Amino acid sequence: MGQAYTPGLKVTTDTLLRQRRVLPLRGEVMVQANTIVGAQDVVARAELPGDIMPINMANRLSVPPGDVRSLLQVEEGMQIKKGDLLAETKGIFGLMKSKVLSDHSGVVENISDTTGQLILRGPSTPVEVLAYLPGKVVEVLDGEGVVIENQVALIQGIFGIGGEAFGPICMATSSHGETLDPSHITENMRGAIIVGGARVSHAAVKRAIEVGAAGIVAGGVDDADLKAMLGYDLGVAITGSERIGVSVVITEGFGEIAMSERTFRILQSREGRQASVNGATQIRAGVMRPEIVIPLESNDIPDNDESQWEAGQLAIGRPLRVIRDPWFGRIGTVSSLPAEPAVLDSGSRTRVLEVDFGNGEKAIVPRANVELIEA
Amino acid sequence: MTIDPNSINVILATDCGSTTTKSVFIERQADGTFRQTQRGEAPTTVEEPFADVTIGVINAVTEIGEVAGRKLVDDEGRIIQPAGTDSDGNPVGCDIYISTSSAGGGLQMMVGGVVKQMTAESAKRAALGAGAIVMDTIAANDGRKPHEQIQRIRELRPDMILLSGGTDGGDVKKVTEIAERIAPARPQPRFGSKFVMPVIFAGNKEARESVDNAFDESIDLQCVENLRPTLEEENLGPARDAIHDMFLEHVMAQAPGYDKLMGWTSAPIMPTPGAVGNILTTIADRQGKNALAVDIGGATTDVFSVFDGVFNRTVSANLGMSYSISNVVAEAGLDNVLRWVHLEGMDESELRNRVKNKMIRPTTIPQSREALVFEQAVAREALRLAYVQHKEFATTLKGVQQQRTVGDTFSQKTSGSTIVDAMKLDLLVASGGVLSHAPRMSQTALMLVDAFEPEGFTTLAKDSIFMMPHLGVLASVHAEASEQVFSRDCLVVLGTCVAAAGDVKWSKPAFSWEMRGSQNAEGELLGGQLKLVELAAGETATVTVKPARGIDLGAGPGNQVAHEVTGGSVGLILDARGRPIALPESREEARDVVHGWYRELNIIDEGDA
Repeated sequence: MGQAYTPGLKVTTDTLLRQRRVLPLRGEVMVQANTIVGAQDVVARAELPGDIMPINMANRLSVPPGDVRSLLQVEEGMQIKKGDLLAETKGIFGLMKSKVLSDHSGVVENISDTTGQLILRGPSTPVEVLAYLPGKVVEVLDGEGVVIENQVALIQGIFGIGGEAFGPICMATSSHGETLDPSHITENMRGAIIVGGARVSHAAVKRAIEVGAAGIVAGGVDDADLKAMLGYDLGVAITGSERIGVSVVITEGFGEIAMSERTFRILQSREGRQASVNGATQIRAGVMRPEIVIPLESNDIPDNDESQWEAGQLAIGRPLRVIRDPWFGRIGTVSSLPAEPAVLDSGSRTRVLEVDFGNGEKAIVPRANVELIEA
Repeated sequence: MTIDPNSINVILATDCGSTTTKSVFIERQADGTFRQTQRGEAPTTVEEPFADVTIGVINAVTEIGEVAGRKLVDDEGRIIQPAGTDSDGNPVGCDIYISTSSAGGGLQMMVGGVVKQMTAESAKRAALGAGAIVMDTIAANDGRKPHEQIQRIRELRPDMILLSGGTDGGDVKKVTEIAERIAPARPQPRFGSKFVMPVIFAGNKEARESVDNAFDESIDLQCVENLRPTLEEENLGPARDAIHDMFLEHVMAQAPGYDKLMGWTSAPIMPTPGAVGNILTTIADRQGKNALAVDIGGATTDVFSVFDGVFNRTVSANLGMSYSISNVVAEAGLDNVLRWVHLEGMDESELRNRVKNKMIRPTTIPQSREALVFEQAVAREALRLAYVQHKEFATTLKGVQQQRTVGDTFSQKTSGSTIVDAMKLDLLVASGGVLSHAPRMSQTALMLVDAFEPEGFTTLAKDSIFMMPHLGVLASVHAEASEQVFSRDCLVVLGTCVAAAGDVKWSKPAFSWEMRGSQNAEGELLGGQLKLVELAAGETATVTVKPARGIDLGAGPGNQVAHEVTGGSVGLILDARGRPIALPESREEARDVVHGWYRELNIIDEGDA
C-alpha cells in the first residue's frame, strides 16, 4: 500500500480563503455584495436584547399575586427609568401606602398573574461583526452576515488563546529555534503581531502586554507558563474568550519546541505586512484551530516548498511532524509505509510508518502519531 | 410498527457516533439462537462536505455485506428489507434494521425544577436516563439570582428543556416562576434558527395552565405526567418517552440525512447512551443482577448502573482521555495519577506538557511503555472521579420523610443515600478506547478494580467493540435475541474479582481461600496483596473464602462465604488490599508496592523495570 491519509495543519503561501462572518442573532448587514472590505470594517450589526430583571411585586407589596395588576402604575411595553414608580397599594384610609420603585431602567416585558412577578428588560447592547478577512464580499446572508473571499497566506496553529487581533507582522527572534524572551520585545512593537521562534515564556507574554502588542505567534509554550498567563489550569481546549491583553497562537505544541522552519520563513518574508490573527481553538467535533491570515500581494513569491501532494495523502517522501513522544516535535519525511500492523513498545498493535529524520536517523512511528505538513 | 419476533432471522444495526458509524450483523443460527456474525465501520458523514448521515451508514453496512457475501444495499442506496434471495439464489437484505445516534454531540438538554435536590434532581435523572447531556440544572434554590439564571439560559443552546416542579396538587406558584424565567430568556435551539424550542413539562399537573400561559409561540410545550407525583415517588417513564419523541421530532429531524434514516429503521432511533441503559436494565432484570457499566471516551465518561432494579446514568462531561485529559489531571492532581505509576524518573513538568499535547492532538496513541503506563494511570483517576460523581447522584429520593423504628436506631441510612453498593455489585462492564484497546486484558481488569473498588464477588467484563447500543435498541424489538448476543458475543469476560472490604491490616492475614471446580487451588492472602489465579474462559469453580476478624467478603465481617465464579481471559483476581485501596505515603515505597501488583497480574513482564 503506497498511501494513506492523515490530517495536518495548513501552512501555505497562497490559498483562496472564504470566511463566513455571521451575527449571533438576526440583525443588519452593513455591506453589499462585491464590496471590498478591510479587516476591521464592520460588516454586520445587531442589538443584543437587554438583561432580564424579574421583580417580585407580590412580595414587595405584600399582596396576593392576583392583586398585583390592579396596583400597577405601569403596563407591558412601557419604558421605565430607574426610580420610577411601578406600583402602589391603596393603604389604609389612604395612609401607610406601600410603593415599589424600579431599581433599574428598561421596558416592562411581562406581568404574571400567577406569580406576581414583573419582568423588566434592560437596554439592548449593540453587537458588531468585523470583516476579519480583508477581501471581497462574495455573498450577503440576509439579516445574518456575509461571506468574504481573498487569496491569502494562511498558517494554522495548533493551539491559541484570545480572540481576533490585527496588526503588522514583526519578527522578534532571528531564527525558528530561538526562545521568545522579554528581551526580544521592544516598545516599537505596539499594535504588532510579534513572531518568536521556539517557546514563548510567561515573562515574554507579560512584556508584550506591557508594550501593547496585538498578538504573539510562537512555536511552543510550557504548561506552567500557560497556567500563569490564564491564572488557572486549562482543562479542555476550548478557547477564544480569554481577555489576557494579547492573542497568542502556538504553532507546534507544549514544551520546548521550535517553530517549523517553513512557517518561520513564510512569516519572515511577510514582515511588516498587516495580518489578522485568531487565537480561538476548539478541539471537539467541528474542530477549530487558531490561525494567522496575511492577504496576498502581487509581488509575493510562492514558497518553493509548496506541495505537490494531495491534501491528507500519506506517501513516501512526504514531510511530516511527529506529534507524540518519544520523538515529539521532530520533523522528517516518510521513508516506508508497511501495510501490516506492528507491535509497539507499549504492546499495542497498530499501523505504523517509518520516518527519516535526515542524517540517516530513522524511526518507526504509529500512523496516528504523525501530522502531515500541509501546504 | 409491530414486528413478530419469530419472523426475524437477520438483524442489521448501526450506531452513528460523532466520528464513526459502527454496524453489526446478527443472524439466527441453526440451533435457533442469535449470534453476532459480522461488523463494519465507516466515518460518520453528518458534517460537511457530505452532510448526510446515511452515506456513512451505507458505507458501514456495505462493508458488512462484502464480508458476509450478502447484498444489503440496493441500487438506489437503500437498505434491503426484508431478507430474501435474489434471482441467482444469493441471500440479500435483513429482516429488521435498527439504529442509535450520538452524532452532532448527542442530545443536549437543560432541566429545571423547584427544589434542586428534589424535583430538579428527578428531572436530571430522567434526562440522563433518556441519553441526554444535561448542560445545566435550574432550580429556585440553586444559589443563583433570577437574572443570573436567565442569563445562563440565554447562553445555552439546548436541544430541549425538561421542566418539573411541585408534587401533584401542590405548589403552582414556584414552578410557574421557573417557567417565567425560561420564557423571557428565549432559549435558542442548537440546530437552526427557525425552529421553536421544545419544552417538556413534567411537574404539578395543576400548574399546566399557568406554565402554558408563561410561554409564547417561540416555545413548543408538551405536558406529560408529573415525574415526582408525590415526594415518595418518582415516575420518570413518561418524561423519558417524551424526551425520545421530541428527540426524533425536533433534533434528529433537523440533523442532515436523519429524515431518510428514520424512514429506514424498524424501530425508533435512540440516543446512544439511552440504548446502553436499555440493554443494561434488560440484562439486570432478566438475570436478576446488579450491574454497572462504564464507557470512557475522549471527552466524557458515562457510568450506568442498575441496583435492585433502579437504573441510573451519569455523564461526567469533562472526564475523558483525550479532549478532557488535562482536566482529569487538574481535578485528580498529578500526585494521585502518579501513585499508579511504578516507573521511576518521570519528570513532572515534562508529563504536564505531554498531557497538554494529548489534549490538543487527541487522536495520538501511546508508543512507549512509559506513555502507556501513564495513560492507564490517568484512566484510573478519570474512572474513579466519574464513579464518585455517579455514587453521589444515584441515591434514594431526597426529601422523603422516613419512619424510623427501634431497629433503625443505629442505622446511618438517611434519605438521599447512595444506592450504589460495591458489595452488591455482580457485573462490572468496561468499554471505551483506553479500556477496550489496552494491549493486555489484565490491564483492563486492574484499571476496573483500582477505579471502582468492587467488594466481595464481582464478574469483570468488557464490551470490546461497543455493541451495547445496538443491543439496547434490539432489546425493544427482540429482547431474547438481544440477551443472547449480549452474553455470547458482546461481553468478553475477563474473570472474577474477589475483594476484601473492612478492617484490612497491611501485611497481616486477610483471608484464606479455596477453589474447587475446573481448577483446584488454595492459599492465604495478607493485607495489601493481590493474587492472580488461573481460571480460563468457560471454566467455573466454587471459591470459598474465610476472612480474618473485621474483614468482609460478602457475608459480614469475619464470616466465611462460598460463591460460584466464572473464569475469563484474565482469571480469578484475589484482592486483599482493603477498601479504599491505600498506598504507602512514601512515593518510593508506593512505587514498589504497585510494581509488585503489576507483576502479579501480568500487567508488566517479570523482567520489566
